[in-house]
Amino acid sequence: MSPVWYAAGLGVRRGWTELRQTFTTGQDVFGYALWTVLVMVPLFLAGDDPLKGAGISAGAFMLPSLLGMTLAFTGMTTTAQLLATEREDGTLLRAKAVPHGMVGHLVGKIVMVSGTALVSMALPFAAGVFLVDGVARQGGGALLTLVWVIPLGLLATLPIGAVIGSLVSSPRTVGLLMLPVMGLVVVSGIYFPLSELPEWLQTVAQIFPVYWLGLGLRAALLPSEAVAAEIGASWQHLETAGVLGAWAVAGLLLAPSVLRRMARRESGAAMAERRQKAMQRVG
Amino acid sequence: MTSAHALSEAGSSPPPGHDRVIDVRDLRMRYRTQDVLKGVGFTARRGEVVVLLGPNGAGKTTTIEVLEGFRMRSAGDVSVLGTDPARGDERWRARLGIVLQSWRDHGKWRVRELLAHLGSYYAPYSTDLVRRPWDADELIAAVGLTGQADKRIGTLSGGQRRRFDVAVGIVGRPELLFLDEPTAGLDPEARNEFHGLVRGLADENTTVLLTTHDLAEAEKLADRILILAGGRIVADGPAEELSRQASAEATVRWTRDGRPFEESTPEPTRFVRRLFEEHGDAIGGLEVRRASLEDTYLTMVRELEAGSVPEERAAAHAFGEEAR
Repeated sequence: MSPVWYAAGLGVRRGWTELRQTFTTGQDVFGYALWTVLVMVPLFLAGDDPLKGAGISAGAFMLPSLLGMTLAFTGMTTTAQLLATEREDGTLLRAKAVPHGMVGHLVGKIVMVSGTALVSMALPFAAGVFLVDGVARQGGGALLTLVWVIPLGLLATLPIGAVIGSLVSSPRTVGLLMLPVMGLVVVSGIYFPLSELPEWLQTVAQIFPVYWLGLGLRAALLPSEAVAAEIGASWQHLETAGVLGAWAVAGLLLAPSVLRRMARRESGAAMAERRQKAMQRVG
Repeated sequence: MTSAHALSEAGSSPPPGHDRVIDVRDLRMRYRTQDVLKGVGFTARRGEVVVLLGPNGAGKTTTIEVLEGFRMRSAGDVSVLGTDPARGDERWRARLGIVLQSWRDHGKWRVRELLAHLGSYYAPYSTDLVRRPWDADELIAAVGLTGQADKRIGTLSGGQRRRFDVAVGIVGRPELLFLDEPTAGLDPEARNEFHGLVRGLADENTTVLLTTHDLAEAEKLADRILILAGGRIVADGPAEELSRQASAEATVRWTRDGRPFEESTPEPTRFVRRLFEEHGDAIGGLEVRRASLEDTYLTMVRELEAGSVPEERAAAHAFGEEAR
């Protein structure tokens, strides 16, 4: 086995270890719990209000949408956040100092963020199905949609997150980026169908992966008559695959060079400087 | 040393004919308009502990990062383990050890867990001569962290953390180890233990290049001291030679009719006798002090930084040329 593949294998183990660590670290467990609560709140508020013409409740519409949003959100912001943080605290520099350590680090990050995204989706899903009716009752065929939507969603969002994480100057900047992302979520047909928005906003929302992941998850988890609430009364599988695929390709084309450039500039001195800055902010 | 046994196995028989582990000639580094390194040159032989000494901002870190392959140089010839660091591949990297000053990375990992993980990257580079990586438990014992093996790294004390950093640096059984100010922030006891660890590695033929601004540390550890100031190596020689040379000049202080005087002289005994012959009882408060390595170092650095020393004199400070 070539050393690169060997290091990639170590990366899988690394990612698994780091994912496991999140289950035994208070802060991370709290994070999972908080996220679950945050997803549950709108379901509670919307309750059983019927979504007009779709034969489902507003809550049933929201649950899969929020799961799709969770995937997009985790894929992008967690990746960006972790990368920026690990650049600042020296994790990346350590990876750079061992042979093919960067390969291991990157693979580890992919495994870890993907795992985190799945857990962050699974928890609200498990709680949500008891709260709202009509979700995930379609069985086999529809669930198969998940098999391609979720991996494609990860492919579409992780590289973008990696690019953002490489370009920002500090983890604090990623926090600032959350604001526009929140705005995007609001107009991405997560809390209410996109068809209720003015047409130009619909167009904007359809550029980004958040809408398509929401749509993909709804296609998988909602009864077929719920399609009435969607644009053109269609699940638009082809468009979903197309847009998410385009993001994946763009991200995968861009990420390696951006990551390499970021890694090349990593040095003890650069890190010491960032540490100094971060300390001043704390002190 | 907590475990001389573990360290004794670190020894790697050097491939013959590669005695010169580091060879730097006329290394230059320029940031925008500022020259940080203006022609640094030195070498290091296998098993040697070379200490790069210099004031803050002298370019110690820059130099070491060029050698580590983490930074591109502006000009000059650099060879590390027979390879130009700018073109060093991962096979080359596997033979280097770099001790980084950790801050709060890998806080959730446990000591043994992370050492075993990082060590496993070196496994493809294991040879009959050098078995890589170092067994995690043996290494943990060697750096005296057995009691902390199952602790999360985030909970280690400063000294423990630094020992852990060293362990990470040597987990691949490097032929050449870089340490950039490894003892900054360590208490005297931890520092002492650390010195033992470094000496132990050198005894087993690991070449060590470390930077510090602590003279006592340099004196204690170094086979050879390099003083980097003003972007150049201004002194290069074995520690004893440097100390001997440094103490050649003594400072004589005295008062005459209540007014203080001071004079530096290589022959204090004769100077003092003449002083008394000339002025007799008018002399008081006599004090003769041999200059320490520290005095010489400080004077040298101060003069260089003030730019008051012409180049030729700066060059004259360099000794131990035969070591090159």
